[in-house]
Amino acid sequence: MTYVIIGNGVASIGAIEGIRRHDPKGQIVIIGAEDAAAYGRPLISYLLAGKIGPERLALRGDDYYVKNGVELKLGTTATNIDTVKKTVTTDKGETVKYDRLLIATGGIPFVPPIPGVQGPDIYSFTTLAHANTLIELSSKIKRAIVIGGGLIGLKAAESLHDRGVGVTILELAPRILSGGFDEKAGKLAANRLKNVGIEVNCGVTAKEIQRTKEGRVKGVLLTDGRFLECDVVVVAIGVVPHSALAKEAGIKVERGIMVDGKLMTNAKDVYAAGDVAQAMDQLSGEHRVVPIWPNAYNQGYASGRNMAGAKLPYLGGLPMNSISFYGLPTISVGTVNPPDGDKNYEVHALLDEEKETYRKLVFRDGKLVGYVLVGDIDKGGMYTAFIKFEMPLAGEAKDKLINAGPEVFLWPAELFDETWNPEPAKAAR
Amino acid sequence: MKRVYPDKDFCIGCHICELACLTAHSQSKDLILAYTVERGQSGASSCKHVHEAGPTCVALSCRHCDEPSCVAACISGALQKDPETGRTVYNRDKCVGCWSCLMACPYGAIARHPLEAKIVKCDLCFDRPGGPACVAACPNKALKQEER
Repeated sequence: MTYVIIGNGVASIGAIEGIRRHDPKGQIVIIGAEDAAAYGRPLISYLLAGKIGPERLALRGDDYYVKNGVELKLGTTATNIDTVKKTVTTDKGETVKYDRLLIATGGIPFVPPIPGVQGPDIYSFTTLAHANTLIELSSKIKRAIVIGGGLIGLKAAESLHDRGVGVTILELAPRILSGGFDEKAGKLAANRLKNVGIEVNCGVTAKEIQRTKEGRVKGVLLTDGRFLECDVVVVAIGVVPHSALAKEAGIKVERGIMVDGKLMTNAKDVYAAGDVAQAMDQLSGEHRVVPIWPNAYNQGYASGRNMAGAKLPYLGGLPMNSISFYGLPTISVGTVNPPDGDKNYEVHALLDEEKETYRKLVFRDGKLVGYVLVGDIDKGGMYTAFIKFEMPLAGEAKDKLINAGPEVFLWPAELFDETWNPEPAKAAR
Repeated sequence: MKRVYPDKDFCIGCHICELACLTAHSQSKDLILAYTVERGQSGASSCKHVHEAGPTCVALSCRHCDEPSCVAACISGALQKDPETGRTVYNRDKCVGCWSCLMACPYGAIARHPLEAKIVKCDLCFDRPGGPACVAACPNKALKQEER
């Protein structure tokens, strides 16, 4: 049995671990475009900020691939998939035969067609190469404009600031972090950024990137008419699934590569996982692209074990983010911005601006479906349990959760016993 | 693989397991020094936590899940599964203190270190002669280390 995996990110690590749990012998081949062992992509902001060195990037030990019987083809791009012949062709001219194929090509940065965006001095921030480029530049530039006030944009801004670059963030929405957080949490985070001197501009974006006659970036004309000078522009609006390879192979792609409950595509024995895949999202019950780190690992793992023959469905992922801004920790899980006026949702929020703490709980149909924590994050996982296991919270239990916080004794008795003190031989994992 | 299973019907909420855990993970291995000095000075902590609701109590810690949510969430590879021992292993040096594991673990098994951007999680007392300190210390057999 030969498993071929296109991509060498966290979904691929998950896949290796899922495969090896069920198949210790099958051959695993990884085709990775980047010339590095799988690394923790979110770590690039720590690297850019100077908080860690490059030796901390690898996700697993030096002997990991050898110990797991994985053949690595790094610095190699897959150029074609033939789902009939079951082969993958690479830019090194190799044709690799597969019994099972996993497409884990991740996401690519979305660059909007802003006038003037083509040309030098425009950067993205999603790879190690991007981080290394910005590290080198940081000692030579004075000011950067970051387009995008989401997770990538804020981390790019923070990291550049830590390297001594003056930074201005442009966010089109009325607030930063409009995706995974709400207005109040976003404001607490924005305050921390402003306190260190990072300029945050909301409700505005780049209308045009203006260049000198030599073609170098001069500055950005904003949609509100202001002109801001800068040396470089970092575009951090988001990522889109890197699905071209699948599309060309005739595999069904909507926003991302469509996969079933076993992470298999509509092509036999071809699977997809991670930021490129459109898989089951637990809370919506729909297939969505949810480019979140744990989802990528879990989808990789689920695809791995299914490729290896264990017929275990992937029950769906949850959106979740844990991120700190200059010492202010924040956690967001599930549905945190329910549609305004939708009576199916119940929201409980408590803000203490002085202490910089915030807690928001979102309920739907008597169950917790989302929460945001800022500052006091210690009970995060305990809240996650209620969402993940879809625990019913009737009357008193719900009040206790709201007033006294999450407690393991609020769990349904059966689930509690199964989890913590199962009968021998019935022990769940 | 042998895991530590807590029984809420036997737990009396004495917290002795927490003190045993603290001592086992301290530098001095002395309860008095661990409690009075190391806790404040270096943030020495227990990985075991007693949960109480009225008369009911139980002491919980990492379940060393076969398919851990924390390993899936870890951005640095600090948390990994050891296929040989079955433990969920934490490599402190790799940890960047992002708290993704704390967010992901639905069993509340992960805590922030009181002083550093690192986590505190049960290690099954892998290097302690006699095994888990909490099991050895429990006066009412509320903690059992067994294969189930």
